[in-house]
Amino acid sequence: MEDLSGILKQHPFIEDLSEEYVKQITGCASNVVFHENDIIFKEGDKAEKFYLIRTGKIALEFNGRDKGMIRIETIGPGQMLGWSWLVSPNKWHFNAHVIEDVRAIAMDGECLRKKCENDPKMGYEMYKRFSLLLEQRLQSTRIQLLKAITNT
Amino acid sequence: MEKIIEQTRTQVKADPMLPFTMKVKKHFWETEDTFTIILEPDEEKEKGFHFKPGQFNMLYKFGLGESAISISSDSSKTSSIAHTIHKVGYVTSALSQLKKGDVIGVRGPFGSSWPVEEAKGKDVIFAAGGIGLAPLRPALYYIFKHRKSYGRVVLLYGSRSGLDMLYRVELEEWEKKHDIEILITVDRGDSSWRGNIGVVTNLFQTIKIDARSTLAMVCGPEIMMKFTIDELRKSGLSEKSIYLSMERNMKCAVGFCGHCQYGPNFICKDGPVFNFSHVKKIFDIWEL
Repeated sequence: MEDLSGILKQHPFIEDLSEEYVKQITGCASNVVFHENDIIFKEGDKAEKFYLIRTGKIALEFNGRDKGMIRIETIGPGQMLGWSWLVSPNKWHFNAHVIEDVRAIAMDGECLRKKCENDPKMGYEMYKRFSLLLEQRLQSTRIQLLKAITNT
Repeated sequence: MEKIIEQTRTQVKADPMLPFTMKVKKHFWETEDTFTIILEPDEEKEKGFHFKPGQFNMLYKFGLGESAISISSDSSKTSSIAHTIHKVGYVTSALSQLKKGDVIGVRGPFGSSWPVEEAKGKDVIFAAGGIGLAPLRPALYYIFKHRKSYGRVVLLYGSRSGLDMLYRVELEEWEKKHDIEILITVDRGDSSWRGNIGVVTNLFQTIKIDARSTLAMVCGPEIMMKFTIDELRKSGLSEKSIYLSMERNMKCAVGFCGHCQYGPNFICKDGPVFNFSHVKKIFDIWEL
């Protein structure tokens, strides 16, 4: 059976991380499976984990009140789900609704934060990856906003 | 006498400012606000309409006006042509009312075309936003017809919602029959939508591109094209490997009137398909 560090290394978020760091973060990782229609987390819940998606698809939903549940983005294989664990107040801003069965690696945010504090070099390496992800998300949000404003 | 009439007809057809007539063979709605009309020659002798993928026609609703519309059908089929049209103004609204057998004026084909020959031997990425899939469809048909001459073919398509997607049935057929990877995303989806949600640029995170041997053809709203080109450049594609189709308000279609001036170019004459390296400097000037 393939061990968890082997599975972790295959994920684009981790793939070029040094062996030593992979070993360290494997201690914070666990294999998880979600089924269609599962809610991985809910808007307002405490954000303690993030997920490296291996297979399947998740929709990020927002409760648009009188507009009903609005799906704003989907996350699929090779992508990462969740960054609210990283910044205070560590609450989820959306619901994560499984629309195709998901296999993922769940990373314990607190465990990873501690490891990053103990090894700032690794911390910097991890934060560079999270920054890239945040930049991608910010960019897509801006494009969505531009499209909405210009009605294109 | 017959000879004189024939000569006159040839001269008339050769004058790009004079429309010839075509008859509506079929008219159907693709989405709530977008429809396709299939036209056939009005006169028996005028069989055969030749065009290159990416070119456009000026469609003339008599008594109302003309509109520049890309040809969206297979360029190897010359007995009829299709135009997929977004109903946005007076002329396109009038065109949306056409019925089978109605006659309209047509001038064309005009403009530059997609580099389907240059793309031979390479991987091809098509990136389309909304109605932008229509001008790309003839290039897709061309590649399907000569599929062995091309490497990997990928279509990235973004639309506002599942209901706004063009050619839904065809997209499914293409994937089954023509060895093409199709990735679709929508801006918004309800719980019945099982596909991707997000902007078309997000799709680049899920594909790997061999930048040295890939050519990209991009068509859609300018905002979409700008960010798509950024993604293609990030993937390592050179400016010369990227082609895009520009849209402006065209009047004469032959570069006389200047309505569609785009920096030193006229979209009607020098475009609508441009190599990105030729328009890069003016592409970010939004006032143009």
